[in-house]
Amino acid sequence: MIAQNVLLNEQEMTKWLNELQKEHQKVLFWEAQAKGEERKKFAGLRQEIERQQQRIARPQQIDYQSTAIKLVPPQTVIKNVIMAFLVGGSICLIGQIIYNLFTQSGLGLKDAAAATSSFLVFLGALFTALGYYDELGKVAGAGSIVPITGFANSIVSSALEFKREGYIYGVGARLFTVAGPILVYGTMVSILVGLVYYFVR
Amino acid sequence: MAQNKIGKQTLHFPSTPIITSWASVVGPMEGKGPLGEKYDLVLTDTLAGEKTWEKAEQKMMQFSIELALEKRNLLPKDLDFYLAGDLLNQITCANFTARFLNTPFLGLYGACSTFAEGLCMAGVLLEGGVAEKVGVSASSHHDTAEKQFRTPTELGDQRPMTAQWTVTGSASIIIEKTGTGIILTHATIGKIIDLGNSNAQDLGSAMAPAAFDTLKTHFEDLGRNENDYDLIVTGDLGLLGHGILKELLKEKGISPDRFNDCGIMVYSPEQDTHCGGSGCGCSGVVLTAHLIERLLSGYYHRILFIGTGALLSPLTSLQGETIPCIAHAVVLESRGE
Repeated sequence: MIAQNVLLNEQEMTKWLNELQKEHQKVLFWEAQAKGEERKKFAGLRQEIERQQQRIARPQQIDYQSTAIKLVPPQTVIKNVIMAFLVGGSICLIGQIIYNLFTQSGLGLKDAAAATSSFLVFLGALFTALGYYDELGKVAGAGSIVPITGFANSIVSSALEFKREGYIYGVGARLFTVAGPILVYGTMVSILVGLVYYFVR
Repeated sequence: MAQNKIGKQTLHFPSTPIITSWASVVGPMEGKGPLGEKYDLVLTDTLAGEKTWEKAEQKMMQFSIELALEKRNLLPKDLDFYLAGDLLNQITCANFTARFLNTPFLGLYGACSTFAEGLCMAGVLLEGGVAEKVGVSASSHHDTAEKQFRTPTELGDQRPMTAQWTVTGSASIIIEKTGTGIILTHATIGKIIDLGNSNAQDLGSAMAPAAFDTLKTHFEDLGRNENDYDLIVTGDLGLLGHGILKELLKEKGISPDRFNDCGIMVYSPEQDTHCGGSGCGCSGVVLTAHLIERLLSGYYHRILFIGTGALLSPLTSLQGETIPCIAHAVVLESRGE
């Protein structure tokens, strides 16, 4: 048994790994021949050796990770946040303008909201198909992902990507590869919120 | 000890197989890169007139081997073996290109180290006396790789700063027993190294230790050091992986001055790929378009080419597995016949 979390040098490590490998093979061989309860006992022993094999490499991994992490280029957080705010805000502003135009032209408030959403989804889909939305997303990040246009982008980009595998197994099967989790968990959360609202009200 | 094996992992090719012909085909973005003038063929768009990206990639690989054959006045039937690989599931580009060539074929998968792996294996076939002419190809395509490994290409997501851009490109070489060109003297076959990285958007950090391990073993096996090479070039560690490799080298007291990386050379910083290029095509096209030419002109005399590969799949990433990585090294020298 070796001490845990000790960074071994290469020779020591190779020695220990070879030793463990020898044991592992032997125990596996016994396990293969054993029956019933005895087999379980050997399986337990084998798994313990496997855990040791993993444990022995761990300090080396941690050591390397700490070297590597220092060189990782930082995310441009401030720039990203500002761009997300500007682009996200602009999309919402466009939405508001469209909404106002709809209400001015005589639509009811609810109908205008639905029509605005549909129109924004259409715009998101159009600019995805024209190949501009991914360029926008590169700069804007969450600013163009979070609004409803981003939802359109996630579906249309999947549709475009998998169109070549046919309409059934391509588009049909893969349409929601990106948006799927949003739909699943969005729906689930809406139910939960609804329940809370029902009882708390 | 096996006759032509030196030390733990290094192969010696005393008969010096010769790279007699080579060709590279790339996509438009690579054509705009710093090596743009040097590629044999730059496609005008990423579909290359085909209906799908997968077909386009296959065509690229086919074009590159055809161009390499044509430069040498050969036909596919003159090849004893064809070795090829790419990044797609079941290495379809390689299989479909081999279907076209109709020559004995072995498919390779070493992720982005495939081209170096092909060079090693071609050397073994020639040294073993079972072949006189061997063709080697490797390809990658940005859009097919994104589709398989990441997200739809038109999705407006932000790539992290550690991400690399898969090169759209294919490279092929012809290695022969006799002829003029660049010679292959040694190869070091790498071991799988996994230091616990699991971020599929940061393959440079994952692969750097593999490159370092192969390099260290190569030096030990041959009793050489960094000064024995005019250039030591890694496949696609990118800016981050290259930086980490330099740190690891410094710790061991190896000067990193003569090191470079194909992933850094293939794009210019203005192309905004974050950490540089990656993919089977990356090291392949830089070697065939740029480095071999420099060997030929005498600018370099001996280089060490280390192909690096991250052997993950989208499935293993999702299941939280760490990334096993590999690196194969090949020694190329300019002293021909």
